[in-house]
Amino acid sequence: MQAAIDFSHYLKSAGTGLVHLDLAVEGINCAGCMAKIERNLSTIPDVTSARVNLTDSRLALEWKAGALDPALFVSRLAELGYKAYPFERNDAETLEAQRAQGLLRRLGVAAFAAMNVMMLSVPVWSGNVSDMLPEQRDFFHWLSALIVLPAAAYSAQPFFSSALSALRARGVNMDVPISIGIVLALATSVIETVNHAEHAYFDAAIMLIAFLLAGRYLDQNMRRRTRAFAGNLAALKAETATKFINPTEIRTVPAAAIRPGDVVLLRPGERCAVDGNVIEGRSDVDQSLITGETLPAMATPGSAIFAGTLIRSGTLRVRVSAASGGTLLDEISQLLDRALQARSRYLRLAERASRLYAPVVHATALITMLGWLAYGASFHDSIVTAIAVLIITCPCALGLAIPAVQTVASGALFGSGVLLNAGDAIERIAEIDRVIFDKTGTLTLPELDVANLADIPDDVVKLAGRLALSSRHPVAAAVARKAGAAAPLPDIQEEPGQGVHGFYEGRPIRLGRPSFCGADDLANELLCRDPEASVVAFRSGECRYAFAVRQRLRPDAAEVVAGLARMGIAVEIVSGDREPAVRLAAEVLGVREWRAEVSPVDKIDRIDELVRQGCKVLMVGDGLNDAPALAAAHASMSPVTATHLSQTVADAVFLGERLVPVLTAVKVSRKALRLMRQNLWLAVIYNLLAVPIAIAGLVTPLIAAAAMSGSSVIVMLNALRARAREMV
Amino acid sequence: MEILVFLVPLALALGFVGLLGFLWSLKSGQYDDLDGAAWRAIADDEPANGQGRSK
Repeated sequence: MQAAIDFSHYLKSAGTGLVHLDLAVEGINCAGCMAKIERNLSTIPDVTSARVNLTDSRLALEWKAGALDPALFVSRLAELGYKAYPFERNDAETLEAQRAQGLLRRLGVAAFAAMNVMMLSVPVWSGNVSDMLPEQRDFFHWLSALIVLPAAAYSAQPFFSSALSALRARGVNMDVPISIGIVLALATSVIETVNHAEHAYFDAAIMLIAFLLAGRYLDQNMRRRTRAFAGNLAALKAETATKFINPTEIRTVPAAAIRPGDVVLLRPGERCAVDGNVIEGRSDVDQSLITGETLPAMATPGSAIFAGTLIRSGTLRVRVSAASGGTLLDEISQLLDRALQARSRYLRLAERASRLYAPVVHATALITMLGWLAYGASFHDSIVTAIAVLIITCPCALGLAIPAVQTVASGALFGSGVLLNAGDAIERIAEIDRVIFDKTGTLTLPELDVANLADIPDDVVKLAGRLALSSRHPVAAAVARKAGAAAPLPDIQEEPGQGVHGFYEGRPIRLGRPSFCGADDLANELLCRDPEASVVAFRSGECRYAFAVRQRLRPDAAEVVAGLARMGIAVEIVSGDREPAVRLAAEVLGVREWRAEVSPVDKIDRIDELVRQGCKVLMVGDGLNDAPALAAAHASMSPVTATHLSQTVADAVFLGERLVPVLTAVKVSRKALRLMRQNLWLAVIYNLLAVPIAIAGLVTPLIAAAAMSGSSVIVMLNALRARAREMV
Repeated sequence: MEILVFLVPLALALGFVGLLGFLWSLKSGQYDDLDGAAWRAIADDEPANGQGRSK
């Protein structure tokens, strides 16, 4: 039943007659899987390398060109119990990976330099209190300079460039005081060394760089990991399209290989992977993923089809367009641009802290210098003391305070099924006091469900499920899924638009529209009770049954809504679906505020209205029609089944059938924000203790080094508390 | 103190070798899969029990 995938788009030449293929593999989660897969695939002749990456759940394969069909690997993995899909690293992921590696390299250089300089510094510190000759001390200082200056010039570049770009934009960020501190520490040390002075701060400067780089690397690595995981998800969705390679011949190709102007075939039960316009055919289409509307619409030649549309009854030919001319999409992208601009004005906690911090520190240093001058100290001594103040206040702890917590918290969120898209998402999610839920696909499950399964005998359900396997219709597919059917019945005929029929143990059986099975009375009875349901009927001999297929709320939706209310967060539903459906969901969940039949513009208006009232809104939605609202809200989340656009715009994406990740995200974020604030205060307290020593001119290199690493370690340890179990 | 003439260059050279080693390990992708690497260290060597796997 599964269509063969065309691999040619993913194959890469690995030089000298070898072919390379990357697969994203579902279900690799332990070392056993890794060994099993590698051992099994290595036994295939002509395979030169099979290597699993456990961190990213990926498999890299290389084999002799032309010797093997790539589909063999996928089927071999399926035999082992793993689903595998070819995948391609996207640009964003490659960029994140390169950045992470660049930071690790700089961290390595800084750390090695710091270790070697320490070896030179310890003798100087101990020599200063015993009998070291000044010549020896100078020699050690020069050696330190030889190691540190090039190492710092290389490894501190990320801070310098970020500080420069902030200054160019006439702003201040955390990297400005960091860069000033580093440069001054190094410059003073060189001058002091030239003047045969006792103190040089090479060790403190390079250690500072190493600590800060460690913070940056952790941050970057978490981002890289999220990207890799998102890349896998995209591959596991296995978005393929059936493309006409000439007017009569079709082939299944990955959606990534489709170009504007191509013509694709959409069959009933398929989800469209591209945007385009219908050129031939008529069909009911389910656009609930796009508009939130659960009633099917009719697609005819000329109508626009968006990625995510489910084809229900007929077959369509669609010409792919780059920017679909559909008014909905145009409108949405305009709204989106405006909303995203507004969001970029958000000031992160770190930026707010550094705006306060930098002027205070620089003023303190200046006052120190003027104070000592007024007190009668020499110009040289005053300058050295002022610089010592800058070095000791250099925001090492401040630079780590936030990234360290962010890394630990996003790791915890990752573990509970929440992937963060934006670096400042945690801060914004922590601040919200109101949640707006979309209904279709967010509060409800994206897949249809059979509501009256309990009323129908088990063996009938099983048989109907096996029969339903032969139909591509989404409603029938829901019956098959709920029945847990795996073995299709032989010799089943499909009547297009009606249903399927055949024989089982000599009796005629059929499944499909109520009229097709002569079960209109049963269907009407069901529809009276539940007007939202789609009815599929089943007839075996003379016995007739009707299944009510409908959208079901996520199993824990009510709990999550109650949990949010307990935390003092107001909940409301804003949906594009019709009123009765929204009202029912709101009643079941106990949500008092709800709005139905809301257009994308009205969703934004509602958010703006709440913002004017001073609310900070978390928008949770999945549809294309939610995308502008997701961008306009203070923070936003999407389920992983959401449209591509919504997922990119949302601050966080959550996995799985349950809604509880939303609650977890708010809880973890609040805790993380508390820890960030705590860390900032720890850094301030450290400064309050250390600065008087520096102002008094008592800071030796030993004190500087100890204070700097001490404060960093304390902040790091405090950040680790974000991992504590109690928060989930 | 003449010993410094040997010891200092020796120390610097060792540090430099260590750094080169790190850069080499980085370049050859040894930090790409830290979770997997942790397990590979304790995995059984090749086909000790080639067919003995259950399930």
